[in-house]
Amino acid sequence: MQEEKNNRIVVTVLGEDKVGIVANITTVLAEHKANIIDISQSLLQDLFSMIMLVDISEIDISFEELQNELQDAGQELDLKVMTQHEDIFRYMHRV
Amino acid sequence: MLINPDEIIETIKMIEMENFDIRTVTMGINLRDCADSNIKVLNQKIYDKITTYAKNLVETVEEMEIKYGVPIVNKRISVTPISTIAGTCQETDYSSIAETMDKAAKEVGVDFIGGFSGLVHKGYTKGEKNLIKSIPAALSKTDRVCSSINVATTNAGINMDAVLEMGDVIKKTADLTKDNGAIGCAKLVVFANVPEDNPFMAGAFHGVGEPEAVINVGVSGPGVVKNVVDKIPGADFSELSASIKRTAFKITRMGELIGNSVSKELDVPFGIVDLSLAPTPAIGDSIANILESMGLERCGTHGTTDALALLNDAVKKGGAMASSHVGGLSGAFIPVSEDQGMIEAAEVGALSISKLEAMTSVCSVGLDMIAVPGSTSKETLAAIIADEMAIGMINKKTTAVRIIPVPGKDVGDYVEFGGLLGRAPIIDVNQFSSDDFVNRGGRIPAPLQALNN
Repeated sequence: MQEEKNNRIVVTVLGEDKVGIVANITTVLAEHKANIIDISQSLLQDLFSMIMLVDISEIDISFEELQNELQDAGQELDLKVMTQHEDIFRYMHRV
Repeated sequence: MLINPDEIIETIKMIEMENFDIRTVTMGINLRDCADSNIKVLNQKIYDKITTYAKNLVETVEEMEIKYGVPIVNKRISVTPISTIAGTCQETDYSSIAETMDKAAKEVGVDFIGGFSGLVHKGYTKGEKNLIKSIPAALSKTDRVCSSINVATTNAGINMDAVLEMGDVIKKTADLTKDNGAIGCAKLVVFANVPEDNPFMAGAFHGVGEPEAVINVGVSGPGVVKNVVDKIPGADFSELSASIKRTAFKITRMGELIGNSVSKELDVPFGIVDLSLAPTPAIGDSIANILESMGLERCGTHGTTDALALLNDAVKKGGAMASSHVGGLSGAFIPVSEDQGMIEAAEVGALSISKLEAMTSVCSVGLDMIAVPGSTSKETLAAIIADEMAIGMINKKTTAVRIIPVPGKDVGDYVEFGGLLGRAPIIDVNQFSSDDFVNRGGRIPAPLQALNN
C-alpha cells in the first residue's frame, strides 16, 4: 500500500469526562486553521474518549507545535491527547 | 468515521501500555569505494562517506516518530565488512578504522555502528586475519562499534580454526574491557549463516549483495504479544497461534510504514523489515514472559522449546503477510541479559546454557548475551561456539554466539551493562574439557543436504 498523499491526522483524547473537553480541543484546532472532518465520542464507564479526524493542510504552525498545543490544552483538564498521522491506523490493520 | 475507532484505540493501547516500539531503523552504507593502501586516507574516506550519507538519518527518523506517534528506539548504521576494504592497506592494525567508525557514529548521532566484520567460513584473507586480530583493541577503544565474524555456513561447513581463534578473541576482548564488565564482548558476535541485511546489533553489516545505501527496519513488541496470549488463557494451540499471527501482522505493518516513510524522505531504497521479537529489560517486554503466559511455570522448563517454536513460527507467518520484503534475522530473540523474564528464570535455576542451546534450534539467533565465569577457557568458549555453529549449519539457519566471560566473576555474581543491554547473572558452563577437540584445527565439511532425517 502506498502512503496516501494527504495531511490528515487523528487526534485522540482520553480521560475522565468533564465539562469543556470538546471546546478546549476544538478551539486550538480552529485557532490554527485545522479542519475537523469527522468526530466520534464514546463513554466507557467513566473513561471519556474522543477521536477526531483532522485535515492539517492549511495549518499556520508546524505539526509538532500543534501537537504540543493540543497536549497543553488537554493537560488543563487532566486529559491525554495524542496526535498521529492517520496512515499509522490505516497501515496497521489492513494490507 | 473513516477509520474504525476500535482500531485507533487498539493501536494507542499497544504503544502506550504494551511497550510497542520500532526497535531500530538501520541505514546500510557501502564502503567498498573507500579502499586505499594508505590507512589514513582510507579512514578519511570512511568518515566522509558515513557522515555524508547518514547526515539526516537521525533527524528524519525523529520526525517520523513525531508524525506517527510511535517510539523508534534506535537509529543505527551498518557498513560493508571492514575486512573486505581494509585488505588493501599496508597497515595490519585496523583498530584505527574502528575509531573512525566510532567518531562518525557520534558525529551523526547514531547509537551503534556495525560492520567491523569479516566472513571466514571457508578461510581467511589477509584482511580478515588482520581484522580478527584487531577486534579486542577495536572494541576496547570505541563505544559504539560492533563487530561480527561469520565462521560457518550450511554450504561451506565450519571453519574450526576461526572458531578457536574467536574463543581467544572473546577472552582478550573481555580482558581489555574488564573495568566495564567486559562490555566489549556484548558488541561481538560469532555467526553461522549470517544474513547480509540484518538491522539488529551487534551483528549488523552491509552485505556485498546490497545496494549503495539502504534502510532496514527492526520491529519489536514482546509486550504486545504477551498481552494477546494473556487474553486467551484456555485457548488451544491453533487459536493461540492464530492470535499471535494477527498481532505479528500489526506489529510488522508499523515497521513497513516507518521503513517506507524514512526511505522516501531520505531518498534511500527501503530494504527489509526484520520480523524479530526483540525484548528489552523493561517489565513485561519479555520473550520469557510470553512463554510463561502460554502455561510454563518458568521459561527453561520442559516444553519451553516447543512453546518457542510455536511463537517463532506464528510471528513469521503473520509478519510475512504484512511486509513486501522480509529479511534479516526474523524470529524471536532470546538474549538473557536483555530480558527480565530470562534473567529471573536463570536466577531460580530454571534456565541453563544447555536449554538455551536447545531453544536456539527453533528460534532466531542463538546464545545471546550470556555471561559466564571469567575463568572459562578459550577452548571452552570455542566449543560453545562450535555447538551453536553446528545447529545453524545442519538446520540451514542463522545462529550466533554473543557470550561474555566476565573477568573476576563467578556463578552467583552479576554483571551490569546498563541501558538496553541490561544485566546478567553469571551462568554455569560444563566443567569438563573440550580442549583436544577444538584444537584439532581445520574445517568441518559441509553437511549432506539430502537424506534428511
